[in-house]
Amino acid sequence: MPRKGADIVIETLKEEGVEIIFGHPGGAIMEVYDALYRDGSIRHILARHEQGAGHMAEGYAKATGKVGVAMSTSGPGATNLVTAIADAYMDSVPVVFITGQVPTHLIGNDAFQEVDIVGITRPITKHNFLVKRIEDLPLILRQAFYIARTGRPGPVLVDIPKDITQKLSDVLIPSLEEVKESLPGYRPHLEGNLQQIKKAAKLIMEAKRPVLYVGGGAVQAEAQKELVELAELMKIPVTTTNMGKGAFPELHPLALHMLGMHGTYYANMAVYNCDLLIAVGARFDDRVTGKVEEFAPQAKIIHIDIDPASISKNIVVDVPIVGDVKIVLRKLLEEIKREGAKLYFPEERQKWLERIEGWKKKHPLTYRKSNTVIKPQYVIEQIYEATKGDAIISTGVGQHQMWSAMFYKYSFPRQFINSGGLGTMGFGLPAGIGAKLGRPDKEVFVIDGDGSFMMTMQELITAVQYKVPVKIAIINNGYLGMVRQWQELFYERRYSEVDLSVQPDFVKLAEACGAVGFRAEKPSEVREIIEEALKIQDRPVVMDFHVDREENVLPMVPAGKSYRDMILDDGKKAIEAETMYLVG
Amino acid sequence: MADTIGSAGLNAVKTPLFREVRKGEVRKHIITLTVRNELGVLARIATLIAGKGYNIEGLSVGETHEKGISRMTLEVIGDDVVIDQVVKQLRKLIDTIKVKDLTDTPHVERELALIKVHTATPRARDEVLRLVEIFRCRIVDVSPETYTVEITGTEDKVNAFIELVKPFGIKEMARTGKVAMKRESIPQEEE
Ligand SMILES: Cc1ncc(C[n+]2csc(CCOP(=O)(O)OP(=O)(O)O)c2C)c(N)n1
Repeated sequence: MPRKGADIVIETLKEEGVEIIFGHPGGAIMEVYDALYRDGSIRHILARHEQGAGHMAEGYAKATGKVGVAMSTSGPGATNLVTAIADAYMDSVPVVFITGQVPTHLIGNDAFQEVDIVGITRPITKHNFLVKRIEDLPLILRQAFYIARTGRPGPVLVDIPKDITQKLSDVLIPSLEEVKESLPGYRPHLEGNLQQIKKAAKLIMEAKRPVLYVGGGAVQAEAQKELVELAELMKIPVTTTNMGKGAFPELHPLALHMLGMHGTYYANMAVYNCDLLIAVGARFDDRVTGKVEEFAPQAKIIHIDIDPASISKNIVVDVPIVGDVKIVLRKLLEEIKREGAKLYFPEERQKWLERIEGWKKKHPLTYRKSNTVIKPQYVIEQIYEATKGDAIISTGVGQHQMWSAMFYKYSFPRQFINSGGLGTMGFGLPAGIGAKLGRPDKEVFVIDGDGSFMMTMQELITAVQYKVPVKIAIINNGYLGMVRQWQELFYERRYSEVDLSVQPDFVKLAEACGAVGFRAEKPSEVREIIEEALKIQDRPVVMDFHVDREENVLPMVPAGKSYRDMILDDGKKAIEAETMYLVG
Repeated sequence: MADTIGSAGLNAVKTPLFREVRKGEVRKHIITLTVRNELGVLARIATLIAGKGYNIEGLSVGETHEKGISRMTLEVIGDDVVIDQVVKQLRKLIDTIKVKDLTDTPHVERELALIKVHTATPRARDEVLRLVEIFRCRIVDVSPETYTVEITGTEDKVNAFIELVKPFGIKEMARTGKVAMKRESIPQEEE
């Protein structure tokens, strides 16, 4: 039956199982909004800024594993999405972005609200499309979803000119088979090469000091069960990246927590001293490796990743395995078991674990406690305890993000949601809203910086409108804290343009928006307001925690330096604390 | 042997311990691509390579015998390791079907040039004609002042011809990028 392009859009989205769209309307996308209204079966969340809509779709996708959808009009609507698109690209988040475009005959004419969004987003999308014929519309949309969620996931943009949404057509929605056939060059590799897997199995059994280094790819692949089995069977300690948090339960005795720039002493020591590093869905980001020449300097490296281009990009590896992390880990386990799961050097392996225990005891994650000022780490610990470790945490970017990574313990995948690759301030609140809408069964805490919060705080009103009970904990230090920390450590305390002490009264702001606002200025008030906030389930809550202004995130490996240069919480360097060097 | 933490001082850290990040030599790579002839595919490929900080030295594109499928030959100068990255990234593009770095594989390559040479004197006309014969190229346009020569061949051959006619004065010149294909036969002398 002939129907409008706009109706075809809605029909295709329904076919893809879309239940919620985050967006903001405008002239070029109006037909689709009309079709959405007439159809009435897909929920729409009206973000107050398209960047917010984009991050909400990301938060939804990150929390649920489903494809998020964000929609905007042409021109400024589309450009406002750009930060979220780049963010999704860097963190491999499956999101389909739908933008309206000026009518086909006006494209290229500098028409009102025209922008070449396909050109602008070419380097920051997994793929993008401009729909030129209505007959292609359903196929392109289905291709977009297929590309976004398969292989290494990522954002896909579909730009639809207004006349296409108005035209009539009786084109059918293609089947998934047809979608696959229409993309002859796109064949994600899932299985992993068996020869390589055998090689890896042997190396794992032979290693004396192995470490698993787990990234976001393991979260995407939902490989927690396989990881735990491998770690326990082979007695391998596990460190996770920021993006990999929750892929391995952090309360597990083999957990080393995060590695890298703000990694734990013991994780970095383990990586520095290991003789086999098994990278799983991780990409050797510079925030992880520091100086690449001195990253795991004695180790053979196995790298399992779905993206062949991720392998040997920053560091040349010994055994590359391209494939889906879960599938490859399963095969690896089979192989190890077939070989009798034997450890070639059980005593060495035992000594290695003891060594690591020693490091954990010597330099656990800690901070100096206080009875007079609120320590930011204390707030996060209290949130952890009050939520019994079961909340989903979404953050902005800065010190509070790192403290959230360190002082909340994550036990399931998709529990820690933050902007890892692009490092986008303003990500936390909208992503938290998206996460809560996707996982209404979980408490969602947005742990935000005052600076980050102010970048997208207009979305508070969105949360009020849709009764999204996110709990927003502002770690308010009156500074762009992370920048201030760098200025303190590397620029002799020249605090250039980082003072945020002039700020709105966040409690009144919350109230003005119809949310609930609390403030804590003393440590004794912290737990109390968290408990109060947890009782509120019909609207968002803002908790303004006035914390110690000059607290630093430690330990820290200065950018581009080696783990040996790690600054510990007592200000000492790791190299002074213990020689990071094993012979062997 | 193994666990001697604490006994070895900083001085014991020897450089061989540190992983060498392999840096390949910088040279010209010839990359061929089979792509779906979709909107923006060329821009996508150019964006990707420019995004890695490389310049495209040569590029030629044309349809293949299959409808909607084009073939490209790219020349890029760069570090081996990074070009390997570029090839992997090119393979990831949704519209690419096949990507091959032919640099180290026996292959045939050709390019075409049109060269308009000043030939105002009889001597110049004779000389150029002779060169055309030797190089087995063709004169495709003649005016009282000029010959326009079409030459196809390897880059070296085209360069050699250009060097030889330069003294007469080149009025205008157009060169295509290279086209290249893997050799199926045993490598043989090029004509
Ligand atoms: C959009 C954006 N602009 C600038 C930066 C650089 N930046 C990184 S952390 C930071 C300070 C963050 O301050 P705040 O949100 O208050 O968090 P805190 O570090 O104080 O916890 C800045 C400016 C960024 N990451 N994102």
